[in-house]
Amino acid sequence: MLNYIIRRILYAIPILIGVNLITFTLFFVVNTPDDMARMQLGIKRVTPDAIAKWKQERGYDKPLMFNGSEKGIAKFTRTIFFEKSAAMFAFHFGQADDGRDIGREIKTRMMPSLAIALPVFVLGLGVYIVAALIMVFFRATYVDFVGVVLCVALMSISSLFYIIGGQFLISKLWHLVPISGYGEGLNATKFLVLPVIVGVISAAGSNTRWYRTIFLEEMGKDYVRTARAKGLPESIVLFRHVLNNAMIPILTGAVVVIPLLFLGSLLAESFFGIPGLGSYTIDAINSQDFAVVRAMVFLGSLLYIFGLILTDISYTLVDPRIRLQ
Amino acid sequence: MSLLKRLLALLAVSVCACSGNPWNSPYPATDAGKNILYSAFAERPKHLDPVQSYSSNEIQFTAQIYEPPLQYHYLKRPYELIPLAAAELPEARYFDREGKRLPATADAAQIAYTIYEISIKPGIRYQPHPAFARNEQGELLYHRLGAKELATIYKLSDFPHTGSRELTAEDYVFQIKRLAHPRLHSPILGLMSDYIVGLKEYSILLQTATVGQFQENGEAYLDLNNYPLEGAEVVDSHTYRVKIKGKYPQFMYWLAMPFFAPIPWEAERFYSQKGLAQKNINLDWYPVGTGPYMLTENNPNRLMTLERNPNFHGEAYPAEGMPGDAKAGFLDDAGKPLPFIDKVIFSRERESIPRWNKFLQGYYDASNIGSDSFDQAVQLTGQGEATVTEAMQEQGIRLETAVAASTNYMGFNMLDPVVGGTGKHGRESARKLRQAISIAVDYEEYVSIFANGRGVPAQGPIPPGIFGHREGREGLNHVVYDWVNGRPQRKPIEAARALLAEAGYPGGTDAKTGAPLVLYFDVTARGAEDKSSLDWMRKQFQKLNIQLVVRSTDYNRFQDKIRKGNAQIFEWGWNADYPDPENFLFLLHGLQLKVGNEGENAANYFNAEYNRLFDQMKNMENGPERQHIIDKMINILRHDAPWLWGYHPKDYGLYHAWYDNVKPNRLSNNNTKYFRIDAALREQKRREWNEPVMWPVVLGMILLAMILIPAIVVYRRKERGVGIKSDSGKIDNAGAYGTSE
Repeated sequence: MLNYIIRRILYAIPILIGVNLITFTLFFVVNTPDDMARMQLGIKRVTPDAIAKWKQERGYDKPLMFNGSEKGIAKFTRTIFFEKSAAMFAFHFGQADDGRDIGREIKTRMMPSLAIALPVFVLGLGVYIVAALIMVFFRATYVDFVGVVLCVALMSISSLFYIIGGQFLISKLWHLVPISGYGEGLNATKFLVLPVIVGVISAAGSNTRWYRTIFLEEMGKDYVRTARAKGLPESIVLFRHVLNNAMIPILTGAVVVIPLLFLGSLLAESFFGIPGLGSYTIDAINSQDFAVVRAMVFLGSLLYIFGLILTDISYTLVDPRIRLQ
Repeated sequence: MSLLKRLLALLAVSVCACSGNPWNSPYPATDAGKNILYSAFAERPKHLDPVQSYSSNEIQFTAQIYEPPLQYHYLKRPYELIPLAAAELPEARYFDREGKRLPATADAAQIAYTIYEISIKPGIRYQPHPAFARNEQGELLYHRLGAKELATIYKLSDFPHTGSRELTAEDYVFQIKRLAHPRLHSPILGLMSDYIVGLKEYSILLQTATVGQFQENGEAYLDLNNYPLEGAEVVDSHTYRVKIKGKYPQFMYWLAMPFFAPIPWEAERFYSQKGLAQKNINLDWYPVGTGPYMLTENNPNRLMTLERNPNFHGEAYPAEGMPGDAKAGFLDDAGKPLPFIDKVIFSRERESIPRWNKFLQGYYDASNIGSDSFDQAVQLTGQGEATVTEAMQEQGIRLETAVAASTNYMGFNMLDPVVGGTGKHGRESARKLRQAISIAVDYEEYVSIFANGRGVPAQGPIPPGIFGHREGREGLNHVVYDWVNGRPQRKPIEAARALLAEAGYPGGTDAKTGAPLVLYFDVTARGAEDKSSLDWMRKQFQKLNIQLVVRSTDYNRFQDKIRKGNAQIFEWGWNADYPDPENFLFLLHGLQLKVGNEGENAANYFNAEYNRLFDQMKNMENGPERQHIIDKMINILRHDAPWLWGYHPKDYGLYHAWYDNVKPNRLSNNNTKYFRIDAALREQKRREWNEPVMWPVVLGMILLAMILIPAIVVYRRKERGVGIKSDSGKIDNAGAYGTSE
């Protein structure tokens, strides 16, 4: 298994370089270093001299990817791409365009993101699996039919509607929790209730249907018939046998997102005023802060790769037949 | 057991946190009833260093913290400068080339330089700050921080000791020098280099000095005290002198902006320490001022807090105002010490919907009005006057409106051959085309539909409230309007069509080629919500049979087009820096051409006579003579029509009943000290408006039970009743199934 993990980590390096290259290209197709300087320096009374100085200070006065004025390897290393990318592989994200340390911002903002994403993930997983198993238990009855209709209805509604609707009903009309905001420590609890409820409900439709499909597929297999033939109650058949055997597809979808929970949600954090990494990314895109966008995309890719490795490892835990080689 | 204990403790804490506080309150219960102003901000400020901060979302903080020498009178209109940190308004002293003093009435051409000598009030002290902290020997405590000391420092409040000192004239001079600091990128360096004697050369000197110093010893701190500046010098501990090239009366207005606020050298030295800069502890993040408030918490991801500065020198609420101010209650607090509010909490609120709802719940004290909530908040009376709706009135919310000192216009690129023209005949033809379009685009309708009536159609570039603006018939743009029944009326579309025909496009087709006239409207990429306004604009041009093609692009490309002169028709706007016509009329001056000069004249309009009149007008004192020249300039502009004059937006603000002393003042930003809050009334209303509604929770639980109970019954029946149907149709009870696996 160790060999396998090392090999996967080595595979990750070219993937990360590729992602970085694509991010860099896409970003600089839309924005030039001059645009970035103007965004930071403001719109009124910005002189070309100020723009030139800004670029020089931050190393944006060099060519993007190829420096024809240098010799040898320096043609590639004395470029914005190389200088801004090399340090990132050592997790030195540098400073945002406004001068603030990106690494420190990420550390600070990770916890608020996790404070929403983790309960949504854990609660959601539990609720969706139980709901799917209930639907399977009552399959081909009105309960199943109503459940599927409800799932389709939930899937059809935009997540923005859940957020605005949740804020309107629970906070504005019923005055039960704050509409938005965040607090430190335990004070954060009352701010998290609504985003967590909205997060769980907004993804309920698609996930429950997905798990229901997995379980139904399992229900037709021989071991289920055998279990029933042995006289096991249906609940035992479902929760012990079917659930265990459906773990591979469940893990495929679930484990891979665990590391990404740190990155937060772009929309929910913005509407609920959560100072997490999702809103940090949105701010960076809006302010054309390449340093932050690049760092967040890099981190996202890295965590995704980590999630895939974790998923592979988790297979071996739930299915002893699987060996990683 | 221990888990149970923990859960109980958590419950207890939650209950305590909620006790006495509405459940949906976003603020701690301990803050209930306190003299705190609650506000919101959407975008985090980029700069809090007064040498750089220019945006309104930055100045709302810096203006409460820093004290430039002058400020605007809070109540008087037109806007009037009064002393803030200065002991009195400085007098402009004029000198000729030989250094001979000239009278105040001297011709501007004779004046070689102007001297402003500014005396500041004695006894003003800085807010407590670690940069001033000293040990028993009188040495500065935190100016040589080592790695060990820095290890435990993450924010400014981690420094255990603070100090203060008296404000001196040197601090003002220090800040003027900072305008030229190569690492600070002050947006007004270019402009001020044209006026402050020696500033341009000083900027080059500092650039060289920085590079040399860094190469020599790696030291990042550049001690500006070692580099004198001719245009700014200390006279004595409480007096300094600024030397301006020629005559520039608008300089007085700049003295009311944070760019000219004092910065103590200790702060600059303190923040330049490498370890602090790496931890985001810098002047851009933690300001140091003498104003009524100081920034005690700066977490722009969530909230920013201003608290009363314990060292504030004191100031009294104005005792004079405009007629009607006394009746409106604006003079009730006359003479009382400022500030009234102890603390201001700004919460980050990115989205308008939560911000609006929290305002309605009483958790924000004031709100602007978005287009989606406009109908909910505002209604128009029979006389066309805006007022709050009944629902707002019931909550005691009131509306304050003011015409902003700004203008939104549509510009023609004068370098474009179609709308700008080439050759004498071509230019004349293009002028008539622009005039025709000026009549056709109905800004009254635009303001009514797309700005909910929040705007005044413009007759020229100068907005109401600024010297040079004329009201009524005197201020009428005769190219576009007629005066009918005591009010301006847009000329009929036939007049526009006639002009279009004279321009060589009868019926919207080119008389020479017979091709339809197609014009291009360059806009920044917009969403679906702006489609209607673009369609409306197309229809306005369609009145003249002109086809308008919208060229939508992202903001960067749009700016690029404007800079390179590749746009044809575009929308733009300008917010006043100060209440002087020069600040609007310069937008069309030849020296400000966008193409070639990188100036602010985005239309690239050039008229030699206009330029001459501008140069004559810019240095004059307000009076009939200046007004006469401005009238001439405006007439030239109306005739040439380089802009569709667009409209001057109106600001609408909603305020709760407990929020007092709010008189909209678009140029003065240090207003928080005048505001007053009735915290007890706010507390009472918050409780009244936010009582928790429990029935939905109970109903939800009943519904859940109603779903679960039959499900459980069915489940149990199914579990017990599993059986195999016999041939006889009877069911064999299968209860004897084994239960072991």
